[in-house]
Amino acid sequence: MPTGKQKPIIHCRGVHKWFDEFHALRGIDMDVYPKEVVVIFGPSGSGKSTFIRTLNRLEEHQKGVITVDGIELSHDVRNIEKIRAETGMVFQQFNLFPHLTVLQNVALAPIWVRRWPRRKAEAEALSILERVGIPEQAHKFPGQLSGGQQQRVAIARALAMQPKVMLFDEPTSALDPEMIKEVLDVMIQLAKSGMTMLVVTHEMGFARAVADRMFFFDRGQVVESGTPDQIFSKPKEDRTKLFLSQILSH
Amino acid sequence: MAETLTQQQDSYLPPPAPPGAIKWIRDNLFKGWLNTLLTLISAVGLYFAISRSLIWFFAQADWTPIINFPILFSVGQYPREELWRIGGVLSALALLLGFSWSHWGGLLRGVSLYAGAMFLVLGALPVSHPALTPSMRVFLISLPATILLAFWIGRWRFVSKRMVMALWLVYPFFSLLLIRGLAGSAVLELVSTTLWGGLLVTFVLSIGGIVICFPIGVALALGRRSKLPVVSAISTFFIETIRGVPLITLLFLFSVVLALFLPPDARLDRLLRALIAMTIFSAAYMAENVRGGLQAIPPGQEEAAKALGMNGVQITALIVLPQALRIVIPTIVGQFITLFKDTTLVYIVGVNDFLGIGRSIVNSNPAYLQAQLEVYLFIAAIYWIFSYLMSLASRRLETSLGVGKR
Repeated sequence: MPTGKQKPIIHCRGVHKWFDEFHALRGIDMDVYPKEVVVIFGPSGSGKSTFIRTLNRLEEHQKGVITVDGIELSHDVRNIEKIRAETGMVFQQFNLFPHLTVLQNVALAPIWVRRWPRRKAEAEALSILERVGIPEQAHKFPGQLSGGQQQRVAIARALAMQPKVMLFDEPTSALDPEMIKEVLDVMIQLAKSGMTMLVVTHEMGFARAVADRMFFFDRGQVVESGTPDQIFSKPKEDRTKLFLSQILSH
Repeated sequence: MAETLTQQQDSYLPPPAPPGAIKWIRDNLFKGWLNTLLTLISAVGLYFAISRSLIWFFAQADWTPIINFPILFSVGQYPREELWRIGGVLSALALLLGFSWSHWGGLLRGVSLYAGAMFLVLGALPVSHPALTPSMRVFLISLPATILLAFWIGRWRFVSKRMVMALWLVYPFFSLLLIRGLAGSAVLELVSTTLWGGLLVTFVLSIGGIVICFPIGVALALGRRSKLPVVSAISTFFIETIRGVPLITLLFLFSVVLALFLPPDARLDRLLRALIAMTIFSAAYMAENVRGGLQAIPPGQEEAAKALGMNGVQITALIVLPQALRIVIPTIVGQFITLFKDTTLVYIVGVNDFLGIGRSIVNSNPAYLQAQLEVYLFIAAIYWIFSYLMSLASRRLETSLGVGKR
């Protein structure tokens, strides 16, 4: 999809990150274009989660350039908050707010960050909950929902801010197998609706179905990238081949 | 597989019915001769303990010091002709309780009913007593009536939730103004705090302490966790210094030593000095309790809020604090109870709180000295009642807030 003239919505050049001595990211370059679905995969500890978390400054990068929607990430707090408002994030552990109802979870940020009137935010929240298939749970608390339902609420909460990019950090890794599908279905539907998505996941079925490009991370570097076709049928690097054979064999 | 399971379950018998009372007694109290002997000894012991206490309570104990000075116990030396001001404070409280009951119900309903019932019983006591003048009775019975009236009025449109909350905010200042009065005013003469005493002082100190120490404690807890080194260092220093000093020392420090450093005309009121000492003491402990709650909130909560673009103030006020405070409700209420009981220490700096009044009554007359056990029992009972009501309220609060617990 990277066509000549289009401007990337996420632009990274030479991103480095250290945790004390540990060199977690070693010069990541990546451009993500509007409406693209990018899947990031790789062994644990390869830096894929760290990388996606640098994009909305949940982790600070120490070298390199990250630009999101034309705004460069720097120490300026207002820039950071602006970028965060434009990027939705879905976490492995859901991280719903347990003291608020599902509807309040979804409507909270539009009310306080976008300054929407409560009525508008809640109407909007309801329609998004309908989109992820759980409008009937709106007045329950997160603790009363199944894992799959909670993760769908988390997706709805991120979508309520009408973000330009959605970041998914292993969204199905904490779920029971029977619940993975309901979450993936929502994500596939979202991808087909034209949302720009960055997804860290090992769900290769999802990648094959909707990914435009895939990035294989290992030891803090991008080892290989390409379309799902290229990655699955003719990977160039040995490490990619080895990893794919390990996760696809069982 | 499922079929065999249900078949098995069908063949299970229901658990045996719980044993009857007689069987329970035989099984638990009279099983074997040793068991029976212990039961009998305990029964005899209990009989004597209870009957002796009852005989003492009703026949031998001398309750005159308490019966003689109900007003003294309530307000100390507060001028008797100004008692209507205390009445005004209570009436306003009844009004606010009624409004809040109709708006929020739940816990406030319980508080309103308890308070109303208490005043009703006091006002309708079937004994004649010089303090229970007809007008006093009418006033006491008017309080529950006010609560009910306010409950009814509270449903009208013009009494909004916002208005009730604003009234609660104004209430402490209104009460203080009414009780203390203004210097030079003809209607509200100044009543020096040296005349205040009894339950009035105990309540002013404990409610004042609770209301003021809570926000300070939360601020200190947040300050201690702040990323700004200066804020964090100052908060930590304050908390650790105050926690390292006994409350008595702080009371002395504020009532005696502080006066040496301030110019003579800037001397603070004695009651106010005691209140400040109590407040900063419990604020330091409050801070540590709240910090415990803050640490229990998983970092993912803050990350999720950040990822939505919320700023630091919003994250603290909407996400972290509500969850943290809910966790520490039992500890906080425990601390309020401690503070309520600790107010008795102000006696040593010359403030006549409830216990202080009791002591001065006992010491005022040799006949009363004979009855000091009765006086202290009465004081203990009053402290117990209010402490118990607080912990009851805390349990109700926990259940009513526990809905969304993870």
